[in-house]
Order: sequence, then structure tokens, then C-alpha cells
Amino acid sequence: MAACMSANRSENAFSANDLVPEWAQEEVSTGTTIMAVEFDGGVVIGADSRTTTGAYIANRVTDKLTPIHDHIFCCRSGSAADTQAVADAVTYQLGFHSIELDEPPLVQTAANLFKQMCYRYREELMAGIIVAGWDKRKGGQVYTVPMGGMIVRQPVSVGGSGSSYIYGFMDSNYKPGMTKEECLHFCTQALTLAMERDGSSGGVARLAAITEDGVERRVVLGNQLPKFSNV
Amino acid sequence: ELAHSYVSDKFFLLLISYFCTFRNAVLEFECNKLGHSIPAARKTGTTICGVVFKDGIVLGADTRATEGMIVADKNCSKIHYISPNIYCCGAGTAADTEMTTQIISSNLELHSLSTGRLPRVATANRMLKQMLFRYQGHIGAALVLGGVDCNGPHLYSIYPHGSTDKLPYVTMGSGSLAAMAVFEDRYEQNMEEEDAKRLVRDAIAAGIFNDLGSGSNIDLCVITKGKVDYLRPHDMANKKGVRTGDYKYKRGTTGVLAKAVTKLDLEVVEETVQTMDTS
Repeated sequence: MAACMSANRSENAFSANDLVPEWAQEEVSTGTTIMAVEFDGGVVIGADSRTTTGAYIANRVTDKLTPIHDHIFCCRSGSAADTQAVADAVTYQLGFHSIELDEPPLVQTAANLFKQMCYRYREELMAGIIVAGWDKRKGGQVYTVPMGGMIVRQPVSVGGSGSSYIYGFMDSNYKPGMTKEECLHFCTQALTLAMERDGSSGGVARLAAITEDGVERRVVLGNQLPKFSNV
Repeated sequence: ELAHSYVSDKFFLLLISYFCTFRNAVLEFECNKLGHSIPAARKTGTTICGVVFKDGIVLGADTRATEGMIVADKNCSKIHYISPNIYCCGAGTAADTEMTTQIISSNLELHSLSTGRLPRVATANRMLKQMLFRYQGHIGAALVLGGVDCNGPHLYSIYPHGSTDKLPYVTMGSGSLAAMAVFEDRYEQNMEEEDAKRLVRDAIAAGIFNDLGSGSNIDLCVITKGKVDYLRPHDMANKKGVRTGDYKYKRGTTGVLAKAVTKLDLEVVEETVQTMDTS
């Protein structure tokens, strides 16, 4: 889905060349499945690790969980170039703001910075971002900033091309009041299901748990993912 | 507010450059309407790759530059200098890779003089990705950036739209699938220098022999702490053969019946010699 969207958008400087295959002329997209879950004391975020240019996997071990500040992360989906550029810009703005305040920044601030950029340049950008983190005021928070520049706080949020396949799983399996380990297990299962069905998602499952004490990162390799069917 | 206006200026510049590039598309369209085609941009078809080994980086590239279906340059250099400890392979439009790497090399040298330190690969990566993003993919430069700095060896792949990946081994260009197949089969962590050179040589060779857009020789660049080996060519994989037969006739094959010599009264004004490229 995301891959063919970028084919229509990208304007090539050079005309179609027999020697350069089509996938080499396509924009790099992060296909993707990303998600974030709030729990009491923090958030758990997860993403797959596949970046595609057309049908070729440009990077099979991508890290789509990008730190914006010490206790704030963002999950990137959509165009790799657009999301990397926006994340770099917001990291700079938030760092500057935090120094001005002489305090750790709020997750809501980070989310609004993303929203301002994604909304202002909504025609030029293809970026779906989930901002998640912990701050002293409201604890663990998840804000979703999909394409177009909306912002809404949700206890659990999924995004990317693979998210379509796991809305049902998310709705039926999420329970408020889960512990950190339960959230991690929930995320692993959801990512596995999405990676199994979505061609643009795959590789390894990257997870991170953000609490007051800091960030704990985990990687679940392809062969260690939970098995759902015996087929 | 200062921070926000700085960043929005950057994006404003992006919008301006985005709209200016429509001009080229309009010109091309008008030209085609009149029945002429604008000259094809010389592209580097290409197989380029890089690998991180125990002590540093090995970068590799083929040497064919194509103009449509014709080989424009049989021995072009695709490994560009960025700084004494950083080199960059370029695939895509030849002019774009050449100019982009030169601009960043120049800016990086000024930056290095300003900081008083050897430049870092991450800095070069930032500069390249921010410039390419500003031009929204219209600069057709796909780069493999590698170097050794105070934090060790680093390798990045940079795409024309401005996204980058930091990986232990990367390939780019039309022959990248062939080269990546070799890497995925034989890459190991902490290889020795000779093993790494052999691996990169084989990866480029896979691109040269299995991809029409890549060919000729294999160039290598080995970067370690304090030393750079620019091996051009490292391997002449496609040497021009020697003809087995000859259509020259011996002197005297045709008998001479009569000979008449007429001297022309000429004066040499200027003499220049231009050798033909028979490589």
C-alpha cells in the first residue's frame, strides 16, 4: 500500500532507463507495522524492521524506534526520507526547548511538534508517526500523528501498512491495566501476526519499554517469533 | 521561536527548490513536442558496495558509465574523496554524485578547520542526507559512505530522497542485488583485511558479470585508522583481448606499374596531435 503510493508521488529526474530496474527508481518506504501501548508507569513500543524500495528490501534490520529525547521515542512509518528528516528536526527543536525549560520535556510537547510539522507540510510529506514516552506529569502516554497531521492520545495505537491486519487482534486482546511484561508479550504477538500477513513488514521485531528509570530495548529475531499456526 | 523559524526556513527552501525543478520537466515536454529529445543524462548504471571489517572499511565499485545503452566511459572513477579518512561511492546520475560529493567534501574541510578535529562519518552523513532531502529526490545520487574516525569504522547507505541506513554491509546501484547476494552468503563480523577485500571484489564481480549496467574493472578503497589504500584498478576483470587474425597485406602484394610524385607548395602554420582512445 505504502509502496505503490510512493510510486505515484516520486518525480524522477531521469527518464525510464532499461538498465536501471524499476525498484531502483522508487522512493524508499518503510512499509511497516508499528505500535505503542500505555501501561501504569510507562509505555511499550514496537516495530518491524523492513525498509523497501519497490519490491526489494533495502534494509532488513531497520530501527524504526527513534529516540527523540531521553524518555520520548517515536515510531516511524511511511517514507523513510520524510520520517528521518522530520524526526531529526523535532529532535533538534525538543532538545532546544528542553534546555530553555531546564526540565525534561513533556510527551505532549513532542507530539505537538510532530503534528505542527506534519500538518504544515501535509501535501509534501508521507509520514505516519506514533509518539510515545514517559514524563513526570502524566506518566506513560501514546499519541498518534497519522498522515494528514491529526493528533490524538490513545491507550494503544497501531500504524503502518501492516496495521490493517491487527486491528481485530488489538481490539479483542487489549485490556487496560496490563503490566509491562504483558504489554511486551501483547506487542510481540501483534507484530508477529502483522509481519506474517503484510508483505511490506518483516525481519525482526524491535521492542522498547520506556519508564521513569529509562529505556529497555529488546529484539526478537525472526526464528524466535511466536508461532500461531501449524501450517 | 528561534528554533522553529530556523527549521521552517529550511522547509521553505525545500518548497522553492521543489517548484523550480518543474521547469526542467516543462522544457523537456516542449522539446519533445518539437520532435527533439534532450540528451540523456550520463548515468553510472553501477555496482557499488561497502563492508565493515575488523580494522576499518572496504569500499568497492565497478568502472562503467552508461549513456542510455552505450558505454560512455569504460574506466570512470566512482569512489570519491570526501576527507582524508572518509570516502564515498556514488551510483545514479554521474554529474549528481560528482558534484554532491565535491560540495560536501568542501564544506566538511571548512568544518574540520573550524572544529580543529578530523571529520566524523556521521557528520558527512548528516550533511549529505539534509542536502538530498532538500532537493526531494531530484538529485539522483545514491551513495555508499564509509570511513574511520575517532569512534571507529562506520558505513552508511544514502538514498536520493535523503533516507540513510547505518549497516555493516551495503550495496547500491543496478547491480546491487547481485552484490548483496554475495554479501548475504559470505559476510562475517570482524573479518581480516584480505578476506574483506576478496569479499568486496567478488561482490562487485557478481554485479559486473550479471548486470548490464555494470562492467569493466573493479576499484577498491581500503580505509583503516591513519591509512587509506586507493586501489584503482584492483582487478581488471575485463581486459581487451588481442586479435587472433589480421587483415593486413604484406608490402608488395599489389605490383606497382608506374609512380609519379608531385610536391605541393605548402607551409605548416600549426600542428596539433590528438591521440585516439584505443584502450
